[in-house]
Amino acid sequence: MNALKSKMNGSASLKEILSNHAIHVVLIALLLVVIIIEPSFLSLTNFTNILSQSATRIIIALAAGMVLIIRGVDLSAGRMIGLAAVISASLLQAPDYAFRMYPNLPELPIIVPILLVMAICGILGAITGVAVAVFKVPSFIASLSMMLILYGMSSVYFDRPPYGAQPIGGLTGEFTRMATGSFNIFGFKLPYLIVFAAVVCVVIWVLWNKTKFGKYMYAVGGNPEAAKVSGVNVMRMEILVFAIAGLMYAFAAVLEVARIGSASNITGNGYEMDAIAACVVGGVSLYGGIGRVGGIVIGVLIFTVINYGLAFIGVNMYFQYIIKGLIILLAVIIDMRKYAKRR
Amino acid sequence: MSNSLEQDACRYVLEMNHITKQFPGVKALDDVVLKVRPGTVHSLLGENGAGKSTLMKCLFGIYTPDSGEIILNGRTVRFSNPAEALANGVSMVHQELNQVLHQNVMENIWLGRFPMKNGFVDEKKMYEDTRRILEELNIDIDPRVKLGSLQVSQRQMIEIAKAVSYDAKVIAMDEPTSSLTDVEVEHLFMILERLKKRNTSIIYISHRMEEILRISDEITIMRDGRWIATKPAGEMTIDGMIRLMVGRDLTDRFPEKSNNPGDVLLKVEGLSSSVFQNVSFELRRGEILGIAGLVGSKRTELLEALFGLRPRHAGTVLLNGKAVANRSPIEAMNNGFALLTEERRKDGIFPDLSVDFNMTISNLKAYAKFGFLRDRDMKNDTGRMMQAMHVKAPSGKTRIGNLSGGNQQKVILGRWLLTQPEVLLLDEPTRGIDVGAKFEIYQLLNQLAAQGKGIIMVSSEMPELLGVCDRILVMSNGRQAGLFDAKTVTQEELMEASARFV
Repeated sequence: MNALKSKMNGSASLKEILSNHAIHVVLIALLLVVIIIEPSFLSLTNFTNILSQSATRIIIALAAGMVLIIRGVDLSAGRMIGLAAVISASLLQAPDYAFRMYPNLPELPIIVPILLVMAICGILGAITGVAVAVFKVPSFIASLSMMLILYGMSSVYFDRPPYGAQPIGGLTGEFTRMATGSFNIFGFKLPYLIVFAAVVCVVIWVLWNKTKFGKYMYAVGGNPEAAKVSGVNVMRMEILVFAIAGLMYAFAAVLEVARIGSASNITGNGYEMDAIAACVVGGVSLYGGIGRVGGIVIGVLIFTVINYGLAFIGVNMYFQYIIKGLIILLAVIIDMRKYAKRR
Repeated sequence: MSNSLEQDACRYVLEMNHITKQFPGVKALDDVVLKVRPGTVHSLLGENGAGKSTLMKCLFGIYTPDSGEIILNGRTVRFSNPAEALANGVSMVHQELNQVLHQNVMENIWLGRFPMKNGFVDEKKMYEDTRRILEELNIDIDPRVKLGSLQVSQRQMIEIAKAVSYDAKVIAMDEPTSSLTDVEVEHLFMILERLKKRNTSIIYISHRMEEILRISDEITIMRDGRWIATKPAGEMTIDGMIRLMVGRDLTDRFPEKSNNPGDVLLKVEGLSSSVFQNVSFELRRGEILGIAGLVGSKRTELLEALFGLRPRHAGTVLLNGKAVANRSPIEAMNNGFALLTEERRKDGIFPDLSVDFNMTISNLKAYAKFGFLRDRDMKNDTGRMMQAMHVKAPSGKTRIGNLSGGNQQKVILGRWLLTQPEVLLLDEPTRGIDVGAKFEIYQLLNQLAAQGKGIIMVSSEMPELLGVCDRILVMSNGRQAGLFDAKTVTQEELMEASARFV
C-alpha cells in the first residue's frame, strides 16, 4: 500500500519516503540502537526468539486487524483467548498427571480440542457480530459485553472443585511440542511457532487480497453505504469477520497454552490492547478500510523488539512502557497527517 | 492623483492580480486575474480542474499564493487562514456542507463565536440575531431546529445565512445550486438580489450556464489554471461561454440521439412505498426515461424501491413480463438492475481504494474461480472499460479519491456496466460534473440505450432531461404528476406538473 502510493506519485522525496515508511524506519532504528549498544544482539538465536515470541501475537493482531478494517473494534480478544486456553488445556492434560480436571478422560488426538475451541470461539465471535450487524450495537460495547461474559465463563469453568483456581498444567508432551519444538535444518533450528504464524499470514494474505471476502471486507470498511448499494451483504460480512476473528483467537490461544505449558482464567489478559496497538502502528486505520498483512506483522515485531531488545540491553521495564506509549502516539500522528494532506 | 486612486478603489471591492500557485507537479494557477465590483454577482466559470476552487482557496487563506496580490477595499491583504478572511469580510459557502448535524441552526451559524454573557452562552441573543438574519434573507426556518432534520437545500440556505452573519462584503459561493431544484434556485436568486442591495458582492461558481447568464453582472472564464476572459454577462451567450471554457467548439450540449425504443422491458404498476404512492409506467428496451421533480418529490426513493433498498408496500414490477420482487440490492442485481446513486461521495465511491477496486466491486462473482479472484480478468475488464469511457487516470491503481468528479462518475458507471444490467437506474448522473464530461456521459447513455438497455434517469436539470430522454415522468410530493414525450413537452409544463401536489 505504502510502496504503491509512492510509486504513484512518481518520484518520492525523502520526506515522503520517511512518512510513507515510517514504521519500517522505526523498526530498523530500534534494532540499530540495540545492536550499537550491544553488538552481541546480532545473533540468529535472538532473531528466531523475536520471531517466535511474536508468532501468536501476529495471529491475534491479524484477527483484531480484520475487525478494525470493517470499522469495528474487538475488546473481547484477550478473554476469548482465556476461555479457549482453559478449555483446550483441560482436555489435553497428560493421562499420568495427578491433578487432571477430567481424571477419566482418555487421551484425545490433539486436533479434537483444537477444533472444539475454534468452533466455540467462532460461534461466540459470531454472536458479537450479530449484535453489531443486526442489532446495530456499537462494536466497542458489543465486544466489551462479550469480554465480561467470557471472563465469567472461563472463570466458572476454571475455578471449581476439586482443585479450585490452580493453573491447568501437566499437558501432554506431544501438545507442548507444538509450540516448543522446531525443525532442524542443517543445524539451524526453525521453531514450529514461526512456521504456524507464517502459514497463518499466507492464508490471511490470500484471504484479504485474492478473494471476494477480502475485497468485500475492504469495501465494507471503506464505505459501508457504497458497499450495500454495490450488492455487498454488509451484515453477513460483519458477522463473518467477527466469527473468523474468533476462530483465529482460539488457534492463537492453543499455541499460547502449548508455549506456556499451562492455562488459567487470566491467560490472554490484555492481549486485545496489544493487538490493537500493533495494528495501529502497522498502519491499520481506525476509521476502517485500510490495513495490510505486512504492516500488521511489522507492528507486532516492533513491540516484540521493544520488549526483547530493550530488555537485552538492560533498559528498565518501566521505561519500556513509556517507549511503547510514545511509539503508538507517534504512529497515529503520522497516520493522521497522511489523511490531513489529502483533504 | 490620490483622487483617482480612491476612485479606482471604489470601482472594485476585491482585486486579485497575477495570482500564481504551484503544486508539486502542476501549476494550478498561472497569472490569474479576478476583479469584483461592489454589489454585483461575478461568476467564475470553467471546467473542473480549471482552478476556480484553488483561486477561492487562495482568497480565503486556505492556500497561500506563490505570487500575486490581493486587494480588498483598496488595501493589500494576504490571509493566512479562513478566520482572518472572515474577520475582514470575506466569507465562503463551500460546495460540501461542513455542518454539525446534531446541533441546531443557530449553533451552527454562530459556531466558534457564540455571544457570551457572564461566562455563559447568551442563547437569547443568539436566537434573536439568527432570526433577524433569516428574516432578512426570507428564509423560513426555525433557528432552534436541528440541522440534521433539514433537507440539503435548506442546509445550503443556512450556510449562506452563516456567510451573511459575518457581515461579509464578499461572499464566494462554490456551486450553491448543485443540490437545489428549480424552485429552490429561484429562492437562492432572490437572496442574491437582497445581498446585492446590501452592497455585498458575490463570487458565484456554477456549472449551470442558464443560471450564470441570468444572475451574473460579470463573468470571468478560466481554463487550465489560466485567466481566459472577463466580460459583462450581457455580452455572453451559452455557446460563447462553452467555447471559451473548453477552448473548442461544442456544437451542441447534447449528442444526437441514436437509440430506438423497442419492446416493453419493464412494467411498473401501482408501485407504492412508505413515502410515495401509486406510480405506474413502462420502460422500453433502448429507451431513456427521465424522472423530473422538486427535491423531496421522492424521485430518489422511487429508484431505491425499484432497486430493493426500500421496501415496497404495494404494486408490481414486471421485467420481461415476469414479476420481480427485488427485496434487496443483491436480488435486484441478480435480476439485471443497476443503480448509480445520487451522492457519489457518500454512497458511491470507496475513496481510499483504487479505480480497479471501485470498478470491479459489484461484479466479483464473475471473476472468482474456486474462491480465488483472477487478477488478469479483472485487469482486462477495467482496462477495457477505462478506455471505452475515456477515464482520465494514470492507471487502474490510482486512488479514485484523486480523480475529478466526472472521472469518478465514469468509473462508477463502469462498475455497473460490468454487471451487464438490463435496467440502469441513474440518480443525478451528471451532478457536479463539468460540461465536457457531461457530454461524454450523455454519449454513453445514448450508446447504452442503442444497445437495447433500459435507462431511468433522475435529474434536477430540465434541459438535460429534455435533451437526453425519450419520455419524462414527473413526480410531485410522492405522487406521479404526469408522463410526457420529451420531444413535445416544454419546461413550463414540467414545472407546472412538478408543483401540482405540493
